[in-house]
Amino acid sequence: MAERAEIVIVGAGPAGIRAAQTLVAAGLRPIVLDENIRWGGQIYRQPPAGAGFTRTKQALYGFEAAKADAVHTTMAALLPQLDYRPETLVWACDPKRLHTMHDGRETPVSFSHLIIASGATDRVLPLPGWTLPGVYTLGGAQVALKAQGCAIGERVVFAGTGPLLYLVAYQYAKAGANVVAVLDTSTFAAQAMAAPRLLSQPATFAKGVYYVGWLRSHGVRIEHGVTLEGIEGTAGVRAIRWQRGGREHSLECNAVGLGFGLRPETQLADLAGCRFVFDDLNRCWLPERDAAGRSSQPGIYLAGDGAGIAGADAAELAGRRAALALLEDLGLAAPFVPDAPDAAVIERKLASIRRFREGMEQAFALPEHPAAQWPDDMLVCRCEEIDARTLRECVRQDGVTEINRLKALTRVGMGRCQGRMCGEAACHLLAEASGQTLAQVGRLRAQAPIKPIPIAPMLFDENVVAIPEEARDE
Amino acid sequence: MSETLHYDVVVAGGGLVGASAARALAERGLRVALFERRYCGAQASGVNYGGVRCQGRPEEQLPLAMRARKIWDRLPALIGTDGEFVRSGHLRLARRESDLEPLDAWSAMASGYGLATTVYRGREFRQRFPWLGDGALGGSLCLSDGHANPRLVSPAFARAARALGADVRERTPITEMAHDGVRFQLTAQPEDGATLHVSCDWLLNTSGAWANHIAGTFGERVPMHAIYPNMWVTEPLPKFIGHNLGVYGGGVYARQVERGNCVIGGGRGTGDGEYAQPSADTTRAVMREACALLPALRNALLIRTWSGVEGETPDNNPIIGMSRTTPRLVHAFGFSGGGFLLAPGVGEVLADLVTHGETPTPIEAFAVDRFAQVSAEV
Amino acid sequence: MSRSSHASHDSPPLHAPDQSAGQPSCHAQLTRLAETSRAPVTFYIDGEPVQALAGDTLLTAILTHQRHVRISEFSGAPRAGFCLIGACQDCWVRCESTPVAGGDAQLTRLRACSTTVQAGMRVVTRAAHADDVHGGAHG
Repeated sequence: MAERAEIVIVGAGPAGIRAAQTLVAAGLRPIVLDENIRWGGQIYRQPPAGAGFTRTKQALYGFEAAKADAVHTTMAALLPQLDYRPETLVWACDPKRLHTMHDGRETPVSFSHLIIASGATDRVLPLPGWTLPGVYTLGGAQVALKAQGCAIGERVVFAGTGPLLYLVAYQYAKAGANVVAVLDTSTFAAQAMAAPRLLSQPATFAKGVYYVGWLRSHGVRIEHGVTLEGIEGTAGVRAIRWQRGGREHSLECNAVGLGFGLRPETQLADLAGCRFVFDDLNRCWLPERDAAGRSSQPGIYLAGDGAGIAGADAAELAGRRAALALLEDLGLAAPFVPDAPDAAVIERKLASIRRFREGMEQAFALPEHPAAQWPDDMLVCRCEEIDARTLRECVRQDGVTEINRLKALTRVGMGRCQGRMCGEAACHLLAEASGQTLAQVGRLRAQAPIKPIPIAPMLFDENVVAIPEEARDE
Repeated sequence: MSETLHYDVVVAGGGLVGASAARALAERGLRVALFERRYCGAQASGVNYGGVRCQGRPEEQLPLAMRARKIWDRLPALIGTDGEFVRSGHLRLARRESDLEPLDAWSAMASGYGLATTVYRGREFRQRFPWLGDGALGGSLCLSDGHANPRLVSPAFARAARALGADVRERTPITEMAHDGVRFQLTAQPEDGATLHVSCDWLLNTSGAWANHIAGTFGERVPMHAIYPNMWVTEPLPKFIGHNLGVYGGGVYARQVERGNCVIGGGRGTGDGEYAQPSADTTRAVMREACALLPALRNALLIRTWSGVEGETPDNNPIIGMSRTTPRLVHAFGFSGGGFLLAPGVGEVLADLVTHGETPTPIEAFAVDRFAQVSAEV
Repeated sequence: MSRSSHASHDSPPLHAPDQSAGQPSCHAQLTRLAETSRAPVTFYIDGEPVQALAGDTLLTAILTHQRHVRISEFSGAPRAGFCLIGACQDCWVRCESTPVAGGDAQLTRLRACSTTVQAGMRVVTRAAHADDVHGGAHG
């Protein structure tokens, strides 16, 4: 059975790489499908190779340089022993077969076992003006600096909440960008109260404290407990307005980095038939998995932020753990990997990280009822330009209580981003407008293609199967 | 304590057929309830292509189609929205020379029913439709046809029914039904709420791909099986498709909506009778045919695919008409993928049958007992 | 006036769309902080030659010269991407590619944040209502 196993890993971030390492050590040769041009994922994203980028890993990753380097060199060493396919998008999933696209051509990739390590994107809540040029996610702002050596603007405000808020502001300021302010929607009190839980990961906690301290000592304005009101501008960002303690504030800027934590990319797990469950900690629907990372579908495993936000350390652990589960299911023994923890140790560490994550959610809580602040004319859906009024009227007129129904009637989530940027907001708005909890409004069902794809690559002869006569409706 | 509700008519199934029937009956003053196990218009009525066309139908459907077509022009008055209905014309393309003669023949036949179509070929065809590729060499244009947004139209009919006094109950499946010799006795189970006991004089079976549950309960299953249309849509594009497009012989149909997205269908997805998924293989095959007709699609982005569950009969005609076993049971289902245009007309026909016992629109070809053998397959 | 300079312009933008809301500006959005010793790469934005650096994504390459990568097809408002990691799909641009077998130039779709700029690329950022490229049967 093991000889005939076709193992595919989707994602080459820390989870995918540690999974690959474990499988290769067991003598297997997985296919690793990576949408990016170079392995590393997002947090350990590398600048392009061979183009003259010179910054050191220290400069790129700061305190995480050693971990980033370890992940990178591990994968580099694995390359001869696996089938690494960069710039390859998985766009659909049949039972036991992935549809992939690379460089203008399509290739089916069949699998007997699949590890989904699809990672995450920023969790976004809208505010008036958020579609203006110059507004980027915190993750996007970080990638601009890390992978391209650019700041998102000449005068940057970072706004939202979450650990990334301070990390990116610190990275920007350290790199010489003009960081005008950091506006945190969660309160200092909430962060203080979360401290005991956060101390379950003392090194991580210390780093967070360090970033804040560094920013303050370098004169960067930090405000807590703000209510973001809007971003001004016509051709692009010109200023940001907020309210705090009953007073209005505004600051001129030409870029805003915006984010409220992260959200998992679960479309492939959905299309692969995995069962989902609402997770109260993450406040979103996640594919169900056991402690080892097995999904509800035999032969499909989940690891890393793509199955629930837990950070890069957890991703490395979960990637290895999922691979161990896969090997166990194949009847193979766990391989020797130097310094790699065994399954029991991994699960203990993951449990500890989850406690830390509970602290993070407490420290950097989302606003309780975010939709209540959204004016009617604010865009909720960027792609289709659907405003809050349209959604509220539909809920009122049709008594809508379910998110896919709201999508069908208003087009929210029907644009190119397929609900990634607007889905969360639409769920909050629907929950508040219909008097339900976030869990009760359901989740946006994934629909292939997982991301928009050009049609031309799908026309090549060898991939086309003719439509049978009896299926030719007019 | 459960309550018993009494209605003149119960409509079982809240697709476009059921919703339009409920609306028409409520408008005529009857006490109507519509029970829908999930959401109105979310099944075939909501996932279909959206073509509103008389052209291309078999002759026996034309009187019903023409009646239905007139209702589409009155949507704003009837349901408070036009459902994005556009009188775009329907262009039924010929891909081979041998397709032209059947198009001519159909055109002649249809003119006998008052439906005007013009068949173009050769240079005139090329000049008239420069945006079409080499995949087509002629076509029949029916200017009165068009297309609309299925996701909006069906729920709007349900809303209109409710506004006229119909008791529209979503998320309320009918769990039991029987006839006691005088009237129907039903049990319905709302997702949140107490069990309902319902009695009614008339029962309309408009439950689409699942209609054999009711038909079978009253001893008249039909050989209908589930099909799963394969649909896909592009990102918004500058306007370039002038008409709702189909091809003689089937396999691909395409329309461009006001916002610019191109909605394209053809072939089949996969499913289990309850839920359906689109097929990447089918999408690929249809893309090939679509791009031969519409080369500009090659550089567009595919952004979504979907499927749904529809009921198909052996002759691709629907079941419409009185039950042969049970008084005041009326069937209307099995539209085999072509029900969108027809449904508002079917609703009126059903209202005729309930209020007058007959309808001026010929529906004999759609009799429930026309199939010699009843298949056990659903 | 060469677009490869970073000087701000006082004259109106060259390629403003019809809608008055959100005139796109020539001012750059992204600012280079590091990695500026890379080889220059010349490409074209809306027909004008501009310079990027080897290893730039198309998004970086465009936004170091102006503040938009595309125009919304619904409102005409300028857009400049959002997530930079290929999730938001807000940075799709059109790129003229070499004709195939003697046909007209094709406009292919590229996701700017996920595409590396190549010398000679001809990117279109203003074509929200570009009927000219979709009008023909062989386009």
